[in-house]
Amino acid sequence: MDTHPRKLLVIIAEAALEKALVADAKRLGALGHTVHDVRGGGRHGTRAGDWEADRSIELKVIATEAVAEAIARHVLSTYCPNYSVTMFLADAQVLRPEKFP
Amino acid sequence: MLPDPLVLFFLLGLVARLLRSDLKVPEALYEALALYLLLAIGLKGGVELASHPLGGLGAKIAGVLALGFATPVVAYAALRGLGRLPVADSASIAGHYGSVSVVTFAVATGWLASRGIAHEPYMALFVALLEVPGILVGIAISRLHAPGRVAWGRLLHEVFLGKGIVLLIGGLAIGWAAGPAQFAPLKPLFADLFKGVLAFFLLEMGLVVASQLGELRRAGLFLPAFALAAPVAFGAAGAWAGTMLGFTPGGAAIVATLAASASYIAAPTAMRIAIPEASPALSLTAALGVTFPFNLFVGIPLYHRYAAAAAG
Repeated sequence: MDTHPRKLLVIIAEAALEKALVADAKRLGALGHTVHDVRGGGRHGTRAGDWEADRSIELKVIATEAVAEAIARHVLSTYCPNYSVTMFLADAQVLRPEKFP
Repeated sequence: MLPDPLVLFFLLGLVARLLRSDLKVPEALYEALALYLLLAIGLKGGVELASHPLGGLGAKIAGVLALGFATPVVAYAALRGLGRLPVADSASIAGHYGSVSVVTFAVATGWLASRGIAHEPYMALFVALLEVPGILVGIAISRLHAPGRVAWGRLLHEVFLGKGIVLLIGGLAIGWAAGPAQFAPLKPLFADLFKGVLAFFLLEMGLVVASQLGELRRAGLFLPAFALAAPVAFGAAGAWAGTMLGFTPGGAAIVATLAASASYIAAPTAMRIAIPEASPALSLTAALGVTFPFNLFVGIPLYHRYAAAAAG
């Protein structure tokens, strides 16, 4: 089977950022995205997701390395200084490369 | 006298979380309850609006809005001047205190009703109106000090088309258009079950407040003191302003409750987007951890006493 290398960018952030993150990802070249509601915790405490201000989301974008890194850089400089954000890149293999230009 | 059972539901949630019970209100149910409460409050207000004369409503709206713009300015001055908190945090907390708590409003109307104290039928309108000024003042102050690009379009969209205002105003409009006769078939769901649903919501509020108490220990002394002093002072101002504007003592008690309450549904999201530098933990600890329970147990009866005294 023919596979094509792409990057999977995963951003876990406060739910208040969802609209902004999705808009930024699209603007920077992502064609599609997936959002889940999640909960979890870290060094700065727990976000149990019990109510509005405590909710977190996970945004996934599969894109070329250039687009994924552009989004990651933008999130690092725009949101990371003031918001709870966890972010990582992973290698992904896609079957239909035209969906992830 | 025994406390209102509604308040006991709040205590149940509070104690359950403090004892680390696994009790949890599912997220979808919480969302549904919030939706129901907002819509029911709007509808009830709308139906009563339809069957009452609206004399002098314009002056009351203007007066209450002026109060809504004044309280966050005073709150900001106190937080910045007395508490020496950073501009961003002061502005964000002021925004929360300028906005209102819908649940506190619902408990206050229940408290008045159970004592047979009448109030103007259209108070739900003021809940919708007062959601906005605090948030606007908070954002404006923070941007005055740190002029930066604000996506005003997105922000105003968030503020005016948040679910709170859409459901309150939408409910008011539907209730007003329907009137009492056409509302009758909806009444069992939206009016008769209201207190039961509110009980569920207060159970959840107890759980949330308990998880906020940990933050309180880290907050120092000034913030809890502010969170107690603000409702007492704003409640007094609200009772006085309400009486001056010609509200009945019951209505003035509600204006006082609205002035004294702090938002934790509409304001946190708006403030989080508008003032990223502000710590959300501070405003939520104050609004939810201290002011909300204070209003529930002490504030509401106190504001009614204020209003009765102001009426002479």
